Amino acid sequence: MTKETASTREMTGAEMVIQALADQGVKHLFGYPGGAVLPIYDALFAQKEVRHILVRHEQGAVHAAEGYARSTGKVGCVLVTSGPGATNAVTGLTDALCDSIPLVCITGQVPTHLIGNDAFQECDTVGITRPCTKHNYLVKRVEDLPRILHEAFHIAASGRPGPVVIDIPKDVQFATGTYSVPKEFPHTGYHPKVKGDSAAIKAAVELMARAKKPIFYTGGGVINSGKHASQLLRELVKTTGFPITSTLMGLGAFPAADPQWMGMLGMHGTLEANMAMHDCDVMVCVGARFDDRITGRIDAFSPGSKKIHIDIDPSSINKNIHVDIPIVGDCAHVLEDMLHMWKAEKKQADKKALGDWWKQIDKWRARKSLAYRPSNEVIKPQYAIQRLFELTKDRDTYITTEVGQHQMWAAQFYHFNEPNRWMTSGGLGTMGYGLPASVGVQLAHPKSLVIDIAGEASVQMTMQELSTAVQYRLPIKIFILNNSYMGMVRQWQELLHGSRYSESYSEALPDFVKLAEAMHAVGIRCEKPGDLDHAIKEMIDIDRPVLFDCVVDQKENCFPMIPSGKAHNEMILGDSGVSLDDAITEEGKMLV
Amino acid sequence: MNANANIPSSTSHYPTATNVQKPETHTLSVLVDNEPGVLARVIGLFSGRGYNIESLTVSETEHAKHQSLITVVTTGTPMVIEQIKNQLDRLVPVHRVVDMTLSGRSIERELAMVKVRGKGDERVEALRLADAFRARVIDATTESFIFEITGKSEKIEQFVALMLPLGLVEVSRTGIVAIARGPDTM
Repeated sequence: MTKETASTREMTGAEMVIQALADQGVKHLFGYPGGAVLPIYDALFAQKEVRHILVRHEQGAVHAAEGYARSTGKVGCVLVTSGPGATNAVTGLTDALCDSIPLVCITGQVPTHLIGNDAFQECDTVGITRPCTKHNYLVKRVEDLPRILHEAFHIAASGRPGPVVIDIPKDVQFATGTYSVPKEFPHTGYHPKVKGDSAAIKAAVELMARAKKPIFYTGGGVINSGKHASQLLRELVKTTGFPITSTLMGLGAFPAADPQWMGMLGMHGTLEANMAMHDCDVMVCVGARFDDRITGRIDAFSPGSKKIHIDIDPSSINKNIHVDIPIVGDCAHVLEDMLHMWKAEKKQADKKALGDWWKQIDKWRARKSLAYRPSNEVIKPQYAIQRLFELTKDRDTYITTEVGQHQMWAAQFYHFNEPNRWMTSGGLGTMGYGLPASVGVQLAHPKSLVIDIAGEASVQMTMQELSTAVQYRLPIKIFILNNSYMGMVRQWQELLHGSRYSESYSEALPDFVKLAEAMHAVGIRCEKPGDLDHAIKEMIDIDRPVLFDCVVDQKENCFPMIPSGKAHNEMILGDSGVSLDDAITEEGKMLV
Repeated sequence: MNANANIPSSTSHYPTATNVQKPETHTLSVLVDNEPGVLARVIGLFSGRGYNIESLTVSETEHAKHQSLITVVTTGTPMVIEQIKNQLDRLVPVHRVVDMTLSGRSIERELAMVKVRGKGDERVEALRLADAFRARVIDATTESFIFEITGKSEKIEQFVALMLPLGLVEVSRTGIVAIARGPDTM
């Protein structure tokens, strides 16, 4: 059926769902069937435009869709049933909301006459998902369905992106109505502002041109704004000559190989990035949100600087940190205007001051804050990531992670030169994100090398999705830094709780090699630094899913670190010899 | 540069600890699409983010457009009030958020129905005071009155306080509604 003939015709609600997905250009749908979505699964069966990927748990479906969305810039799609299907999706939806990932999640619901009746597999899906979605709908009439389906895509992708849930009762799926692609949407008041205020942009450019110690602090908003935004950012950073750092979510927008790059900032950021944030006189924040992992102690955050904040979401501005020049708009639009104005007015950075600033930054850099003590006996986790990077950097590689120490080491030691190559759970910090996310990434990029950098604890949370990867012949590589601990929990217990490692030891670990084999994947174990390169190469060459058990130093901590309740200029460094117990005050222990 | 730096650590990662602004009370008018769940979105935002609601009124005001006006009175520091407005504005069914307090050109009114039970002199006194406050009697029995009173919240508070010793038994209030002075609209 061509799209023309389908544009207005009679069909069931279930068929409308599939038709709307096809009209939106959706190629992959991640889901899990159940009673309340059977009509939609029936409609799926009869067509070839939308390919359904059967996951093993609904949380996995949402994370896979997130990985798909983050690596392509498209909207990720999920289909789950009512009740437990919807509640299992909640973690993924919250994750997508925190990290501004565009998703459309369709949930089945019990028939309208049973809603509120405590029917089998009934839950208040719109009630439960209201605070963890950008918007949600309960569709009570089939007439409303086409408009809602298309509006959901518009809302998910526009403005600050986010997840949208459409809850469709089973009788609405069966009902027949007229399908057409709507010309306008029900919510006439929804108009995200993309173009920045030109007076504010002018003021920002003036301030930047006068800066003596400037810094760019960029975030996930640049990635969300599209590849063009990353290009413009690169041009602006080159043109001004300012140093640049980024949040965890923003890695790849600016090339890590560039000399102006200072590495990630924040709690586990580099010394140079954090010191420069603290000492700068003009901060240009592009698509980041002054999150508490970034700012550390609020009243000691970059005390001497004027702050420019570009964000598409007005509620991000002045939420945590007061800024001097707020610019509400899409990063790409604002950066373009900024660059244009900088050039048109022939602005020049203060060369002398900037030179002194770079000298200072080079002194901090010389401190080599990411340094660690190498070993010939055990594999240091940092070394493992460094080798993984060296052996994969010339390939077409995508990286996902779980959450914890391994995630921070990946952010520190795996260097990204392009956007959309780095998929991680930043805001919510969801252990178990990386494996299903890599499934989504691999589907979107079948020829690419997709690696989930994992921990042995995180990976067990969504381990079952390895079965999905096997089913669809997705050759994802799960690179587990196995230190037999929930490493970040262990590190915090060492710091804050007198080394009482309460429940953080990974007892009764599976034999990951045998586990992989039992699931029809390939298992590799590596325990010696000398064997690592060979083992990684072996992993890369296998055209099947691989579970790589990289046994690393159990005691290694993730440094540098800004301890709780401290400022950017009070970092602990790995080889600084500071006892961890002395590093954190009683008040600091209250924080997370 | 390292942890031995002698800096007091009485504050935290979180902005509230360093917030020294004084809380203010603001009246916000929120124009929304009248659709199922819209009130839950607004209220959920307040409870989820820990904002206060002092008063809340809601009714469909434009039937043809299916739009409702929500008037909410809230307290918070200027930074929090700004957040509340931005967070409300972010909700998809919200058309406009106007800070009636900040505009400084708005009229606020509230309606209350006040039930007073009594006999003899107290009854006469209640009726006399009601007259002074321009409250109307909308129901009467030989032992009770129900007064209807409109005005600013302070006026209603005052009336209720006066009725208390005269046999006040029940009060029902609408909460505050507000509208901007002059020819301009939302």
